[in-house]
Amino acid sequence: MKHYKSLRLFKERFSVLVDNKAMMKTLTLFLLTIAVFVISTGLGEMTIHPLNVLKVFFGGGTDLEQLVVQSFRLPRIIIALLVGMGLAVSGAILQGMIRNPLASPDILGITGGATVAVVGFLAVFSDKNQALTVSISWLPLAAFIGATIVALLVYLLAWNNGVSPIRFVLIGIGIMSLMKALTTMMLILGPIYKASQANLWITGSVSSSTWKNVAVLGPWTILFLVIAFVYARNINIQELGDDVATGLGGSVQRQRFTLLMISTALIGSSVAFAGGIGFVGLMAPHIARRLVGSNFGSLLPASALVGAILVMIADLIGRTLFSPLEIPAGVFTATIGAPYFIYLLYKTRNTSK
Amino acid sequence: MLLKNARQRWIGFGVTIVILIVLMSISIVYGYTNTTWQISFNAFTNFDGSTEHIVIRTVRLPRALIAAAVGASLAIAGVLMQALTKNPLSSPDILGVNAGAALTVVIAITIFGVSNLQLFTWVSFIGAAIAAISVYMIGSVGRDGLTPMKLTLAGAAMTAMIASLTQGLLVSNEALLDQVLFWLAGSVAGRSLDNLVAVLPYLVLGWVLAQLVSGKMNVFSMGEDVAKGLGLNTAILKITIGIIIVLLAGGSVAVAGPIGFIGIVIPHVTRFIVGIDHRWLIPYAALNGAILLIAADIASRYILMPQEVPVGVMTAIIGTPFFIYIARKGFNKG
Amino acid sequence: MEQAIETNKLTLSYGDTIIINELDLTIPKGEITVFIGANGCGKSTLLRSIARLLKPKSGAILLEGEAIAKQSTKEIARKMAILPQSPDAPEGLTVLQLVKQGRYPYQTWLKQWSLEDEMKVQNALIATNLEELKERPIDSLSGGQRQRAWIAMTLAQDTDIILLDEPTTYLDMTHQIEILDLLFELNSKEQRTIVMVLHDLNLACRYAHNIVAVKNQKIFAQGKPEHIINCSLVKNVFDMNCEVSVDPLFGTPLCIPHGKGRCINQTLLQK
Repeated sequence: MKHYKSLRLFKERFSVLVDNKAMMKTLTLFLLTIAVFVISTGLGEMTIHPLNVLKVFFGGGTDLEQLVVQSFRLPRIIIALLVGMGLAVSGAILQGMIRNPLASPDILGITGGATVAVVGFLAVFSDKNQALTVSISWLPLAAFIGATIVALLVYLLAWNNGVSPIRFVLIGIGIMSLMKALTTMMLILGPIYKASQANLWITGSVSSSTWKNVAVLGPWTILFLVIAFVYARNINIQELGDDVATGLGGSVQRQRFTLLMISTALIGSSVAFAGGIGFVGLMAPHIARRLVGSNFGSLLPASALVGAILVMIADLIGRTLFSPLEIPAGVFTATIGAPYFIYLLYKTRNTSK
Repeated sequence: MLLKNARQRWIGFGVTIVILIVLMSISIVYGYTNTTWQISFNAFTNFDGSTEHIVIRTVRLPRALIAAAVGASLAIAGVLMQALTKNPLSSPDILGVNAGAALTVVIAITIFGVSNLQLFTWVSFIGAAIAAISVYMIGSVGRDGLTPMKLTLAGAAMTAMIASLTQGLLVSNEALLDQVLFWLAGSVAGRSLDNLVAVLPYLVLGWVLAQLVSGKMNVFSMGEDVAKGLGLNTAILKITIGIIIVLLAGGSVAVAGPIGFIGIVIPHVTRFIVGIDHRWLIPYAALNGAILLIAADIASRYILMPQEVPVGVMTAIIGTPFFIYIARKGFNKG
Repeated sequence: MEQAIETNKLTLSYGDTIIINELDLTIPKGEITVFIGANGCGKSTLLRSIARLLKPKSGAILLEGEAIAKQSTKEIARKMAILPQSPDAPEGLTVLQLVKQGRYPYQTWLKQWSLEDEMKVQNALIATNLEELKERPIDSLSGGQRQRAWIAMTLAQDTDIILLDEPTTYLDMTHQIEILDLLFELNSKEQRTIVMVLHDLNLACRYAHNIVAVKNQKIFAQGKPEHIINCSLVKNVFDMNCEVSVDPLFGTPLCIPHGKGRCINQTLLQK
């Protein structure tokens, strides 16, 4: 198979260079994602054979199967999928902007901002009986606002005639520590029951997902994913450095800001619905890069798929491994993170250095 | 550099010690319940078994001493880390060393049910060491070796990961969460003198070693290749510094939980006061660190009276504007 | 001869420190112009500001007659390309992927690979002799090949003017000549205007049609190497005593510094 194919349609109004190798790998990832989706839907306290799961999707299956699949399993797995995609793509964008594979939304304090907002929300809107005085469906909005405020704060504080990646990262790290401290303070000051519930949320879990959540997260995530994919070519030049990017005619500062906003939109919404599921934003782009290379046109879709698979599997393990006890998906993404780093060390220690 | 010659520095040293003693005394006297200077003094000279005296000796005094010891240790660790990694933002909290120590302690409590103080300390050391080595190695991956940017990012990544794991461990254990939460935020309150005594030998060892290698640190600061060329055994020096950092950070975390920002801010402030000669930098940083942490501890009693805020939160609030200032000022390499 | 680039009373500063003061410069079209000067004299700063990477404190820069402040950055990118010092490619990026980026100023999100894009990239690869290496990652290439890849990117950008900031620093002698020969050919075959900062005075004399010597925030001298390079200029600009001889291969000025060294020429020893 030739490595590249030029694709030109509509009398050249649309043209793109397709990397065949990357395309094949992405397609494989896509099929893998579907497989994980179907299998995951079938596993749990009650096991449903994958074929039966497919039957339910197309309207058949027993009543019990339909109930389990549609009311319990599907919403949370879909949320896991959407969250995985959102976190992975936002991580890939940040890594491209900052030109460092270790950058991620958790590190830059953006996830922390969402967390503070959520904990604050729980602390402020609880009355003496530890019940929530305001509807819980406002929680996602609070998370999103928290993420956006912190992202803007970090951006502004890093501004000094433009934002350089390194300043952005450093300030992000500082803000992250501050957010963590504030979160802890609120956890301590608030009632304890809220503390453990908030802690669960902070660790990251999709266990309380509903179809209403899907209806909100779905369109939002897909919208921003599409925007990100279209904007991918701008990340490509940013990766070459500010000077080269400007020399090629890119408006670096404006693009940087837009990318940050896209990234925040994806993170904020993911965190709002699933809490702080860590490391997907760090690991998924990394894995995707090893598969399809550094071109963001291929990297973003691949990252999205890898992220989806990671979160779905983490959720699956959490649900089934210690049944009936449920462990939040966030614990597993963090646990996978550690060996992954070690693997990374081993692999690259022997090659280029 | 404020104090430019030896005479000025010795005088400054004396002044700093006086400030430290004053602050420690304030820490003993003032708080949720204020006692008086007279009573406090008597608690040590004329102990009469009254509640007040007991409280002063078993609650206030240890707290002040722990704050001083931990503040000093973290500050020295910060100085060493910044010199070792040539990174003005290196510190035990940023590079994940504190987080690693905290995680192993939490693991020890939750999974192994450890409660022996000495054991805590050693567990803390192990966690600190593993975290430090991991961050160093992760930050060195790639073609250009260990750059400040990569090290900082590796540290932040490791800290975030460890925090996730720590939180995950506490998710299933609500009662424990309650106990541990305050400590996890970094706190010098509620600790007895025994806690301090358990780690004190290691901290003191760290302080002494740090002062002993301070001369060599000056040579190392000129660049590793230059230092080697001048005959310094950099490998041994780096290992020694690593051990000192583990002793100081691990010991501090064992008794007071992971307290941040002292290791970042104090080295900068101290460099501004006495310059970059490590033989002065280390002792001054120790004193300044102690002063900062005690001051933060006093503030933490008053800021949300009557509720106490963990001192780790105070240092974060005080330290972040500083951190941002340093980050903005410039970081030209990497 | 038409001017490719002009500056009017250009003042550049970093913070409060003035680097270049009210400088008037003209860079002729279709020639190779080289900036020389002592370390820190501002020649890189000057080049970067012409490339609009640095905003001037005051004064104007004209690109093909029009002020760059009035043109959009994409418009400028179609006329002028810049290769900064020590550019950094992300790990794993291949030569082809890098050179493709040079077409950015001509692409939109719908049109990412027109026939013209394909042709220009192909030509760039051929001109820099990288056709066979196009699938290799940049970080696996030699210094000279890597620099050629970056130059190929600027070629794909298809501009009349190419600016290069110290393109030969960190390269060994063979690769330095390789790069400079390539640039010389691009200039003679395709009449591209080349402006670069070089630190090697002799190479500058050999390849440049036009030398600009920067000193004390101003231009000390400007003109053909054989007209302006002499002992007095070298003394003034570099604070160095030298002999200026003639290059035996090219006839261009050859600067030989005074100082210490093994003197083994019999006739000289007798002096």
